[in-house]
Amino acid sequence: MSVTNPESEHGQSRLWTFHGGLHLPDEKALSNDQPIEPLRLPPLLVIPLRQHIGAPARPGVRVGDQVRKGQVIGTADGYVSAAVHASSSGTVIAIEERRIPHPSGLPAPCVVIATDGQDAWAPLPAPLTDYPHLDPALLRERVHWAGVVGLGGGAFPTSVKLRSERHIETLIINGAECEPYITCDDRLMRERSVQVLEGARIIRTLLGAERVLIGIEDNKPAAIAALSAALTQSGPDPHIRIIPVPTRYPSGGERQLIRILTGREVPTRGLPAQIGVACQNVATTAAVADAVLLGRPLITRVVTVTGRAVARLGNLAVPIGTPLSHLVAHCGGFRETPRRLLCGGPMMGFALSDLEIPITKAFNCLLALTAAEAPDPGPALACIRCGRCAEVCPVRLLPQQLYWHARAKAFDRAQGYNLFDCIECGCCAQVCPSHIPLVQYYRFAKNAIWAHEEERRKADQARARHQARQARLERLEQERQSKLRKKREILDDTTAATVPGQVADGDLDARRALIEAAKQRAAAKKAAAQSRIEPVDLG
Amino acid sequence: MAPNAAPKMTAAILSSPHGPRANRVDQVMLQVLLALIPGVLVMTWFFGWGLLINCVLAILFATAAEALVLRLRRRPVLPTLGDYSAVVTAVLFACAIPPTLPWWLTLLGMVFAIMLVKQLYGGLGYNPFNPAMAAYVFLLIAYPVEMTNWLAPHLLTQHHLSLTESWRLILFGALPPDLSWDALSAATPLEALRGQLREHQVMDAIRGASWWGSLGGRGWEWVSSAFLAGGLYLLWRRVITWRIPVAMLGSLLMLAGLFWLIDPQHHPNPAFHLWSGAAMLGAFFIATDPVTASTTPRGQLIFGAMIGVLVFVIRTWGGYPDAVAFSVLLLNIAAPTIDHYTQPSVFGHGRKS
Ligand code: SF4
Ligand code: SF4
Repeated sequence: MSVTNPESEHGQSRLWTFHGGLHLPDEKALSNDQPIEPLRLPPLLVIPLRQHIGAPARPGVRVGDQVRKGQVIGTADGYVSAAVHASSSGTVIAIEERRIPHPSGLPAPCVVIATDGQDAWAPLPAPLTDYPHLDPALLRERVHWAGVVGLGGGAFPTSVKLRSERHIETLIINGAECEPYITCDDRLMRERSVQVLEGARIIRTLLGAERVLIGIEDNKPAAIAALSAALTQSGPDPHIRIIPVPTRYPSGGERQLIRILTGREVPTRGLPAQIGVACQNVATTAAVADAVLLGRPLITRVVTVTGRAVARLGNLAVPIGTPLSHLVAHCGGFRETPRRLLCGGPMMGFALSDLEIPITKAFNCLLALTAAEAPDPGPALACIRCGRCAEVCPVRLLPQQLYWHARAKAFDRAQGYNLFDCIECGCCAQVCPSHIPLVQYYRFAKNAIWAHEEERRKADQARARHQARQARLERLEQERQSKLRKKREILDDTTAATVPGQVADGDLDARRALIEAAKQRAAAKKAAAQSRIEPVDLG
Repeated sequence: MAPNAAPKMTAAILSSPHGPRANRVDQVMLQVLLALIPGVLVMTWFFGWGLLINCVLAILFATAAEALVLRLRRRPVLPTLGDYSAVVTAVLFACAIPPTLPWWLTLLGMVFAIMLVKQLYGGLGYNPFNPAMAAYVFLLIAYPVEMTNWLAPHLLTQHHLSLTESWRLILFGALPPDLSWDALSAATPLEALRGQLREHQVMDAIRGASWWGSLGGRGWEWVSSAFLAGGLYLLWRRVITWRIPVAMLGSLLMLAGLFWLIDPQHHPNPAFHLWSGAAMLGAFFIATDPVTASTTPRGQLIFGAMIGVLVFVIRTWGGYPDAVAFSVLLLNIAAPTIDHYTQPSVFGHGRKS
């Protein structure tokens, strides 16, 4: 790569804006001066086999097995999947369905480990400190092994995003953390700035990106300062720039941040790579550095415990699989019964049903809101078509029209209004004077459409199977018929000679039947092959 | 504390966002009512107690009508009354009708507005037409005489109706003794202008008339200014956006200006168009009615501009002196179509940047 004058090449300081968005009370001051605290080991770890988008990990241990910290207990099942590791040493006491943090509240397979208190490490792979000169495949393999997933909430397996068919010009490191209350990335940038930078360098090497832009909302001056200091200390790096962006929710949305920093819009249903951009969250970046430079898997993450219902707020380094109750106990319990208990921030977080749910890789914030912080919005009133929702929608959708169609179950029309471009940021619902739970309607519509497509796919499969069976039966029947006919022909041979026309006809019929049968065999084969294709679950 | 907290929280599972919300319909409507106060007070100053009496009557009738329909539709009454939308409709209606309109016409208007125009379509948010304007137009067509019987602003008349006199006039149609309608009433400035232009007078002569003020008709210009002030307040509080009022007043101003420049003897100056009649009230309080207006940003510009054009066209060549109500209703019909063709380009769907 030619090193040209960095100021002209990478010195762009222009920022772009996105439509809409909101200035929200950020509530970060509640917890942003609490340093990351290690958490005492819980007696029980509940480690879900699927903490990511893609196929669940395949359990690699059995009940009764002794496991050590960092040992793989679930191997990645395929390309789009991620390994899970024991976050401490102990005994596997169960592999069963437990409730996991998920909007659906449904249980999923988990490995339950009774910790032994030793916290003894399994043998770890050697650090790959000389990464610029190593085979990129080796580095990707390492990240894949370490089970790194997008820690900003997306939980997409990171190793997949470290390869690109297209040329990546810009790597964006997302430190925006735009949701109110959440401070885990802020603390991480302050306290682990070196790892964040190292991770950024590793990913840049892997993708061959020309520049790295680290975008941080300007309400986190300490994080910006810490990263800048670390950058200066590590010697001049013409490729990396730290860019404060104006605080405006949802600037941390991947597409919004890309727009702010590059002025470009990721095409709908497209990937950032299509416009030469890759995007990683700061915590993910640090996890990549840990995996490559220390040989450590992703077994802890920083979780913000906040909300005015919590007695002692903080940012905790939590072993994956720790039950929420353990975090709450560490924080001195609740000051008052929380009105809402959420995973994530108030804008996009989802409600948690109980405190036995474990922390997973994507769990960034445990938010316990008091009644004053999460007042009952009251019954929804009729939409007065005021258009506020459209003013604030960062995707430039017409939330009101989406709402009317979702409500009327006119899902085709909702899709016509680009329902699936909605990022569920909640801006529209936040400003709606009728307090309509708009996002809930969109989720409902999306789920209904997905369910419908699933049903149709199943119906298609069933139809194909039915047709295959039908074809087989017909073929058998035809074979029987043609055998019969042949027999008859032989029997009738003597008389047939006197009626030549009939022989010719019979001959033709037999040939037609044979061709037909062959056609149907081919069709049946095709249908059978189709029905064998398994559905791909994209979560 | 944690274990017993759990079941309660399960009950509280709800969709995001979870934080406190900014505004609510009732607050929006209260802001609108607040913004109407200067206009109502100035109108009362110029046209007497009748306006306030009409406000009170209209609010009573509208609320009663709404409660009745909700009862019949078996819907909860109080939450809907509590959104104050019926009150806003009532006050807008009261500002549009003559201040001495017989009470039963107000009743008829409010029953028409609330029961037919609003609730028959399903209530607030579903009505395609602005209820206050629909009721106004209905009465104007059915009772043209009563609906055009305007009082003279008090600058131009000797007798000012007292509270009791106004009350008796509205309730019983009883004029104060030895007073005739002619002594009390006067044509509105737009009507007067229209009549005199029809009689082939030129603007130079018309401008000398006693009712001619500095911006619009005397008295009326103050009323318009008060509604303008209320409108600016709504803009400031971000209850409405600038697009519809600016587009409407802008197109009216431009058309009026154009014709005035071409033929100043047969067209009033553009300020007269803005400061007479219902232009200001219409631009800030009626055309901006969210339920019945266009909702896309570009659509709102088109919607507002078309109203302005129609107002000018009907005022200049049409059969009625003022045309805000007609124009708004006509554009109400067009709003869904305008919205359909002016959808903003969605993020990532490609646009000229
Ligand atoms: S903000 Fe709410 S009331 Fe206003 S148009 Fe949107 S959905 Fe309707
Ligand atoms: S939730 Fe969807 S529709 Fe609402 S503002 Fe966000 S992106 Fe737009």
